[in-house]
Amino acid sequence: MRFILGFIGSVFAGILLISMIGNLSTYFGNKPAPLAAEEFHLEPRALHLKSDGPFGKFDKAQLQRGFQIYSEVCSACHSMKLVSFRELKGLGYNDAEIKKIASDWKTQVPSINPDTGEASTRKALPSDAFPSPFANEIAARAANNNALPPDLSLMTKAREGGASYVYSLLTGYRDPNTYKNEAGKPLPNEAKPTGTLHFNPYFANLNIAMPPPLTAEGQVTYAPGNPKPTVDQMAKDVAAFLVWTAEPNLENRHAAGIAVTVFLLIASILGYLAYQQIWHDAKRAVRITGPLDPENQAKSKRAKAKQGVAG
Amino acid sequence: MSFSWARPYEPKHPVMRWLDERLPLPRLVYGAIGGGYPVPRNLNYFWNFGVLAGIFLTIQIVTGIVLAMHYYATTDGSFNSVNGLIMRDVNAGWLLRYSHMNGASFFFIVTYIHIFRGLYYGSYKAPRELVWMLGLVIYLLMMATAFMGYVLPWGQMSYWGAQVITGFFSAFPLIGEPLRVWLLGGYAPDQAALTRFFSLHYLLPFVIAGVVILHIWALHIPGSGNPTGVDVKTEKDTLPFHPFYTAKDGWFAAFVLLVFAVVTFYAPNYLGHPDNYIPANPLATPAHIVPEWYFWPFYAILRSFTIDFILPAKLWGVLAMFGSILLLFFLPWLDNSPVRSGAYRPVFKRFFWLLVIDVVILGYVGGAPLNWWRTALGQLASAYYFAHFLVILPLVSAFETTDPLPTSISESVLHGEAAEAAPAGQTKPRRGSVATAG
Repeated sequence: MRFILGFIGSVFAGILLISMIGNLSTYFGNKPAPLAAEEFHLEPRALHLKSDGPFGKFDKAQLQRGFQIYSEVCSACHSMKLVSFRELKGLGYNDAEIKKIASDWKTQVPSINPDTGEASTRKALPSDAFPSPFANEIAARAANNNALPPDLSLMTKAREGGASYVYSLLTGYRDPNTYKNEAGKPLPNEAKPTGTLHFNPYFANLNIAMPPPLTAEGQVTYAPGNPKPTVDQMAKDVAAFLVWTAEPNLENRHAAGIAVTVFLLIASILGYLAYQQIWHDAKRAVRITGPLDPENQAKSKRAKAKQGVAG
Repeated sequence: MSFSWARPYEPKHPVMRWLDERLPLPRLVYGAIGGGYPVPRNLNYFWNFGVLAGIFLTIQIVTGIVLAMHYYATTDGSFNSVNGLIMRDVNAGWLLRYSHMNGASFFFIVTYIHIFRGLYYGSYKAPRELVWMLGLVIYLLMMATAFMGYVLPWGQMSYWGAQVITGFFSAFPLIGEPLRVWLLGGYAPDQAALTRFFSLHYLLPFVIAGVVILHIWALHIPGSGNPTGVDVKTEKDTLPFHPFYTAKDGWFAAFVLLVFAVVTFYAPNYLGHPDNYIPANPLATPAHIVPEWYFWPFYAILRSFTIDFILPAKLWGVLAMFGSILLLFFLPWLDNSPVRSGAYRPVFKRFFWLLVIDVVILGYVGGAPLNWWRTALGQLASAYYFAHFLVILPLVSAFETTDPLPTSISESVLHGEAAEAAPAGQTKPRRGSVATAG
């Protein structure tokens, strides 16, 4: 049986080695040129938020600013289907404010006319999820040059880099005609955006359908006492807000995490001490019955005699 | 159960005596994981991982049952029930879900350490072949369960992972495609597939629990192995499981749960893939389809077959991938060396560590996007994987000169004390001997 299995193993290994040699010779025989997406794609710039780290908590003023940007800018195209108005409590709004935000929301909730039974719409309630700007995917694509604006509920968990990615993307639009990468190489013509696309080195294939959403300082008016609404500040605020929409229980998680880790740390230490205590006797028992054990003494005498050592 | 000096169960409380006379359940537990199970006294910390695997199986079953109470197994409701209802509205739903997600990863981490412990110390050798094989059955069931569980949130990776993995079956000629359609209940993963995956994902953990009982039962016939690989000879070689190993397992379990808690509370999505937070879309293929990290080595083997040598490359890949696990069932007969423990096998030991490095490389290649050098590296590493088990191991076991074994476990434990008692410089510890556990 071992011969059969050895043969099978050799066949597998042989095919793999032949494939490897084949692949390497193809590669070195005809080296492919690097793709523009590899040469010009950038990793997100790090964004540090107050919600980072094991003790991180949300900056509620920043979340409210981010929510303002979502309502005034992003929500024109992007849905947020998993988030309900009632959850805005986590941003520090009270019940009355939430009720007003819901009923003033620019899109109404699809409903049924209670008298005629016909399709109609009604004002949103705190218990409703945020109504989507488009009725369905076809409507969304028709309004956006056949591109589909993704739902933003989980955006910071659904992209590599999370909040840093959102921040980098929103501030990452560049002029494709003057842009040079870190090596000083200008963008080749075939990688430049065509039609309605826009160049953005933080986007996976460099060309994104979304036009730059944050374009000028003062695009939204922040309430007094807030920082100046520069493009950079607005991008940070909306990224912070999207961390909250993706993970509204983050503060609970951090707080519970401290309690659980401290508990388990104490349990480990006490458990370890108990283990030492229980094993102490077992180790001593070994020591006492060990070298002084008549059986072992006889053995060591024999060994010493063999080596010609006295005693 | 296994040794003549195993303490019999003596009920202390009249209620326990009453129970024991009618249903000897306390006797069974006492003999299995209590003071009635003598265990070699020299176990090191690698022997803690079986108990840990049991703990993580329990965590998965408990969190999974509660999650199932809030989960909708429908293609349009599943994603929202997980990411909306459970993560936002269910009391501590986020904790259940993140524990279940990361619990699966930790279950695999401790199981992989448990398996490699077995590979190094020859735990698959006689008389424990069935313990090893039942363990492999558990591992296969775990893989099936984990794969189907990953499909349930119906995100992009769920959907495309299901598409790719069920696609393996279509590699087989003639019956392949009908088999795939029959398994999925359709031509592509859809409602029929999701519902049956949910049903099986709920069933299989209990099957695993059943096989775990067989695994432990079979283990208790010869008793636990030990780092020297030398058989237990006298009572001096052993300690009762309780309180000695319950204490050791207890504190170590608290410590591993601490690591688990840190990941679950502070980096819950680190081991997952961001694409699974995008709802499944049959019309948009993700740029890089990758399974969960614990399947990466096998995924690397699958992708390494790139030429149609007599059979199509895809079929070679699928055969090799299944073969890479199935060959482990033959391990007790592939490795013929009479010495169990790798500690006394100098040549085996070197190849063992080469295998560990090899599997880590395969894992890396399987998880990363393919390019020319990763493909070549994956092919080399896959070739070594098969060569290691099917060619090198039988040859090593036939030609290797092993180091001298200690005559008994207590002697291997005693060498430290003997050195301590003798004047310095007169007694040297034996080469390859293993220190006392703890």
